Amino acid sequence: MLIKKPSDMRYSEVTPKYLYMNRRNFLAGAAAAAGAAALVGRSAGDWLEPRSVQAGGAKLENLVKSPFSTPEKYTSYDAITHYNNYYEFSTSKDGPAVKAQNFKTNPWTVSVEGEVSKPEKFDIASLMKLAPLEERIYRHRCVEGWSIVVPWVGYSLSVLINRVQPTSKAKFVEFTTDLDPKQMPGLREGGLDWPYTEGLRLDEAMHPLTLLCFGLYGEVLPNQNGAPLRTVIPWKYGFKCTKSMVKVRFTEKQPATAWNKANPTEYGFYSNVNPTVDHPRWSQATERRLGEFSKRKTLMFNGYDQVASLYTGMDLRKNF
Amino acid sequence: MDLARHIKWIKPPVFLLCLVPAARLAWEGFHDGLGPNPIETITHSTGTWTLTFICVTLTVTPLRKLLHQNVLVRFRRMFGLFAFFYGSLHLMTYVWLDKFFNFQDMIKDVYKRPFITAGFTAYVLMVPLAVTSTSGMIRRLGGRRWRNLHRLIYVTAIAGVVHYYWLVKIDETVPLRFAAVVAILLGYRVVDYALQKKSGTSSRGGPGGGSARGPARGPARGVSSGSDGSTTKETPVPA
Repeated sequence: MLIKKPSDMRYSEVTPKYLYMNRRNFLAGAAAAAGAAALVGRSAGDWLEPRSVQAGGAKLENLVKSPFSTPEKYTSYDAITHYNNYYEFSTSKDGPAVKAQNFKTNPWTVSVEGEVSKPEKFDIASLMKLAPLEERIYRHRCVEGWSIVVPWVGYSLSVLINRVQPTSKAKFVEFTTDLDPKQMPGLREGGLDWPYTEGLRLDEAMHPLTLLCFGLYGEVLPNQNGAPLRTVIPWKYGFKCTKSMVKVRFTEKQPATAWNKANPTEYGFYSNVNPTVDHPRWSQATERRLGEFSKRKTLMFNGYDQVASLYTGMDLRKNF
Repeated sequence: MDLARHIKWIKPPVFLLCLVPAARLAWEGFHDGLGPNPIETITHSTGTWTLTFICVTLTVTPLRKLLHQNVLVRFRRMFGLFAFFYGSLHLMTYVWLDKFFNFQDMIKDVYKRPFITAGFTAYVLMVPLAVTSTSGMIRRLGGRRWRNLHRLIYVTAIAGVVHYYWLVKIDETVPLRFAAVVAILLGYRVVDYALQKKSGTSSRGGPGGGSARGPARGPARGVSSGSDGSTTKETPVPA
């Protein structure tokens, strides 16, 4: 039997404790639970089927440390990879880890187009080589009131933007997630107006904090976290990030965004983390950091005060 | 089969079965099995089981009538109290693990956030039902008043479903399934009531038969005369 030293192990190979505990013990309650569960809508299969662990990505070498990284302790790999909002695969938190397992991320092409002088189609490998990959440890705050700290891997989106040279008409950037109903079971169940699109103002997209992200925990992104590439905008609520991105389009007009279309009174275009502007249905003043018992106070711009100047003179209650 | 004769053997295992969801949560809680956000898991699970037990409680009467098994009513109090039990756990997770006993915040929530208003209403209405669930209270209130009071469970069921429906972000599948179940169970009562009014008969006489019909007439007994003569196990039958 091959025994690996801890240093040889990839994070993605370590089975989280709650998963193997589940597997060992799910039988205990299963019989009783199954009958009752059928009533509730969680099918017995969901209970009986042990959740499996994502195969996970290859190691990414020679990562550059970033001054933007927070010194905070980062959230466990299991939590980051088994607590996902990725409705293209499932609306449950633990669903994407299972249902995105076989999602094909190679070959993958990203089209950069619209109001740019040099539109270009990139394959994922060449895109990863545009700039040295950095490790950026960011706070990540979900609009639902939970947060995590993630060691992302990527480089500033501005690198890509500078390369394609936006024209003077380019005021906004629209990001589009892949649309593949064959591979994404969530698309067949409706929900949002697919494909998932998000948008930023050009100056937001150019901000050095805005990350074009290819990995986490020093490894290629797991599928459930948006492989093979996603955006990360750490001062905005998590849904502003675009996972499994296939298109970046520069526009003159503000693009429509998925959650804003679904519920304009609850999800604005800006969606900056703001403890003083509540979601209509719940408070945004506090958050639960996964792995912690008490709640934390939510910080303005999620603690990234350096972006405040982007919004000078704007009423952030109106532009929520 | 004469269920009534075996009831004392059936009740304890049913009771234990009702405890399985709570036991499972406790067990997984101590064994790191509640996922990355354990508090959310507990909140959702206890909430779902509260609604489930409300539905189970509301199923007793239709089932009793359709199967002509009056003995089933002897499970109703237990199911109702389990709904209250899971509802209390659910409320506790909110009061303690979400708000950390910040009552000012909670009052604001109840006032400002419709889904909490609905959930809180659903729970508060269960309190008098739990308090008056004892045989002594049934006797003191009298069967008719007791029955009328306990119709509050209908409001709880509706408010509970609304609470769930209002809190989900986009995927309404599960709340809608609960809504369908509650609609069927309450719809049954409406139809049953209408049919009784139409036929004009409310009493077929005989213990266990007569009092089992309709809420309108019939002897409003606090403690019906059970065939086994036990004194503590009976509840008025309709509703």
